[in-house]
Amino acid sequence: MSSRFDNPPTVATTDYRSRRDARHDTWFRRLLKTCALLVLAALLGAALATFWGGREVLFHDGFRFLTNDTWNPVADDYGALAPIYGTLVTSSIALLLAVPVSFGIALFLTELAPHWLRAPVATAIDLLASIPSIIYGMWGLFVFVPFMASIEPALSASLGRLPLVGGLFDGPPLGLGLLTSGIVLAVMILPFIAAVMREVFQTVPVRLKESAYALGSTTWEVMWHIVLPYTRSAVIGGVFLGLGRALGETMAVTFVLGNSYLITGSLLMPGTSISSSIANEFNEAVGMHRSALIALGFLLFVVTFVVLLIARLMLRQLARREGER
Amino acid sequence: MLKSPRRTLRFGALAVLVSLALTGISAQATDVTGAGSSFVYPVISKWSASYAEKTGNRVNYQSIGSGGGIAQIKAGTVDFGASDMPLDAATLAKFGLGQFPDVIGGIVPALNVPGVAPGQLVLDGPTLANIFLGRIAKWNAPAIVALNPGVKLPGTKITVVHRSDGSGTSFNLTNYLTKVSPEWKAKVGEGTAVNWPVGIGGKGNEGVSAYVRQIPNAIGYVEYAYAVKNHIAYARMKNAAGKVVEPKAASFQAAAATADWASAKNFDLLMTNAPGAEAWPITATSWVIVYKKPKNAANSKVVLDFFKWAYEHGQPAASALDYVPLPPSLVGQIESYWKAELKQ
Amino acid sequence: MTRTPYLRRRLTNLVALGFAGLATALGLAFLGWILWVTLSNGISAFGPRLFTRITAYADQGGLANAIVGSLIMDALALAVCAPIGVLAGTFLAEYANRSRLGTTIRFLNDILLSAPSIVLGLFVYVIVVLPMSRLTNGAVSFSGVAGALALALIGLPVIVRTTDEMLKLVPSTLREAALSLGIPQWKVTVQILMRASTSGIVTGVLLALARLAGETAPLLFTAFGNNYMVLNPLDKMASVPVAIYQYTNDPDPALHAIAWAGALLIALAVLATSLVTRLLFSSHKVRHD
Repeated sequence: MSSRFDNPPTVATTDYRSRRDARHDTWFRRLLKTCALLVLAALLGAALATFWGGREVLFHDGFRFLTNDTWNPVADDYGALAPIYGTLVTSSIALLLAVPVSFGIALFLTELAPHWLRAPVATAIDLLASIPSIIYGMWGLFVFVPFMASIEPALSASLGRLPLVGGLFDGPPLGLGLLTSGIVLAVMILPFIAAVMREVFQTVPVRLKESAYALGSTTWEVMWHIVLPYTRSAVIGGVFLGLGRALGETMAVTFVLGNSYLITGSLLMPGTSISSSIANEFNEAVGMHRSALIALGFLLFVVTFVVLLIARLMLRQLARREGER
Repeated sequence: MLKSPRRTLRFGALAVLVSLALTGISAQATDVTGAGSSFVYPVISKWSASYAEKTGNRVNYQSIGSGGGIAQIKAGTVDFGASDMPLDAATLAKFGLGQFPDVIGGIVPALNVPGVAPGQLVLDGPTLANIFLGRIAKWNAPAIVALNPGVKLPGTKITVVHRSDGSGTSFNLTNYLTKVSPEWKAKVGEGTAVNWPVGIGGKGNEGVSAYVRQIPNAIGYVEYAYAVKNHIAYARMKNAAGKVVEPKAASFQAAAATADWASAKNFDLLMTNAPGAEAWPITATSWVIVYKKPKNAANSKVVLDFFKWAYEHGQPAASALDYVPLPPSLVGQIESYWKAELKQ
Repeated sequence: MTRTPYLRRRLTNLVALGFAGLATALGLAFLGWILWVTLSNGISAFGPRLFTRITAYADQGGLANAIVGSLIMDALALAVCAPIGVLAGTFLAEYANRSRLGTTIRFLNDILLSAPSIVLGLFVYVIVVLPMSRLTNGAVSFSGVAGALALALIGLPVIVRTTDEMLKLVPSTLREAALSLGIPQWKVTVQILMRASTSGIVTGVLLALARLAGETAPLLFTAFGNNYMVLNPLDKMASVPVAIYQYTNDPDPALHAIAWAGALLIALAVLATSLVTRLLFSSHKVRHD
């Protein structure tokens, strides 16, 4: 490196250097692109493999696979309605609970907590992500389900009386079911969302925040009007990270969901989900049954695709409205 | 300056190199691989450890499910499979496979009825089927009361708990219910996973037993070994001969001994609802599936030697795990099957 | 006049901050609860035997071979998915931020995030295990390498997502300043942008590790499992999650205790990795002002 100062660059050397730089840039770009295409290939490969594996049921049943609510391995009659319903309900509950809590945690860790406390608490929250999901399942089964069973009568008596939503909290206090699964999922995805939010909140330029404080803003206002808009895209990315985990999670859910293919309107009743159906029955399944389960896997890709698409469209709408304002 | 990404890369490259270097190192005695039923996993693991100490040959068995075991032996990725369901003659012939039983176990109804002591309640096949059909919804239903004179039964609603995962346990239970209840046969049928008319699904033995324990007035079913080791309250059953029996080693062996193995080609027979007076009605076995003309003859020889050793010396280990060894008459038939069909 | 809105603003602030504290307490409470349950169930089996004896001895054994298998496969998986994920994420953020290809890959990456892990395992089974078995005539079928690849597929989208987001948050002034000095773009990307977001990228890699270290489903049909100690990644390989999975369904309560101890071990191992990594990288922290 020191040679640069010994020999001042001539036209020839800069020309050489810029050509070399351009070549390196091209190579680097190609390397990055290859890696990105690998991600693409991995997904397309997995999607195609599940489509191919599920073709017997997908081609045989077509749209009926989506609308049929029976799941009968003995008669080889498979419908995905109940698993789709359970997946959407449990994931929605999980997001509804985990997003505000994660936001609260990120807010606490970036703005409120004394500095010495931040790293240990952040690491502790990250630790939630590292507990194997089967342990969430066992904890859910042996500890959390009895706990929920003890508070569900109170839930039914209070929330169950409300108009409109009352029916959601109706049912026998089994402790397991859609609500319990949603809560367990919320705990599981919380560290993913919180970790991303925390990281991105830290990247907000201090001078932006200081200016707002100087104008007399409260911490909350700085958070809501400065930090959140600045990091919005990344925060949404973090939420998607959590949503992805919630949609695909198997082991934890399958222990507390009750695994019933009957669709009910109450959150306290058992249900099933796409991924837990696969995890439950895959090992012993043969023939059409196996094909139906792989078709369910393909369906999860489709459901995720639709959910993400809707989320994107809503975000675009939001951005447009903000632009108008 | 660019330490961090490069460090990651370098570490990655190092890890790959190290692992490639290790590739050459580990050479073994004969290692054979089996896969399938989770029902036999504990006992085959136990046998494998003792057998390895004796012979140096290592049998690596993994429980990936019966369906998985069958698929893997067909794909040729393992030396033997284990399944809770026997394969039929056509499938065996098509893939050049043979099968034989390895060990016996039982399935017991697990209960949580307040006021009813463990082992106090008696059920019979049709009643059990009606409970799982949702036909009998309360514990003081006439059918249950008739079987249990003198037992004080509550008038509470029954919560049915079944396995949510596909399992040989469910297969044997539903096979039994199909044999004893025409309505069950017509409406539900038999399988590792079925369309359960009522109830909630627990994952695995532990899921079912936890639900049964936590939910008052629940009934489920678990493997006998699981019930014994975890002190789960069970019911007695009235068997095909009309006698009330306890689930225990003797009643399982009675079922195996009275089942008509001699006329079952390829041991294609389920022991549920066996005719013996002392037979437990929901008794199950699992089958080892091997190649008749294996690609790797040395490995297949070790597989059969392993099971021969297990029949002769593995019985104490099996009993300690609450499995029941095969009756000697059946072992004799298996050994002649080996000679005739597997050329051993 | 001006007092009331100010009071209301202060009140809102107080409520919000109170909620933030409460949320953190709630998160920590759940962690404490789950860890306590794991600890109290797993501590009885958490002894030297866990690290010295292999799973072949069941209730008289430990998890030695599973621990070694997990270490090998997790390291291999990270070695595959960390570089690819970081580079792919960089491509998305720096080279294809608004291009159609970038948008498509980003979208599909989010879908890959939710792919059921068992499906990814199956995919690897079809493209790696079966061809290997056919090529080698059954000598190599299931393998640690196949297991590591399945795990890599699980970690990959997490790393891509976080790298992409973290790089996008680097102020463009930094980019422009560096480029205007005539520094080639690859150097700007690697030496300035990646460095500025090191802590975020490391978080992504750690999240990926946390996620893949506890996975069971994709390993059943790829790494298969092994009751004996093997170091060869081309051999069938044991792992802690698979051992936990098999032990929890076992009738024997002694094995349940080993399963809980294994869970405790995974949590501790990831905690240790995360602490060490954070210590290593915390000095690199760059403020964006």
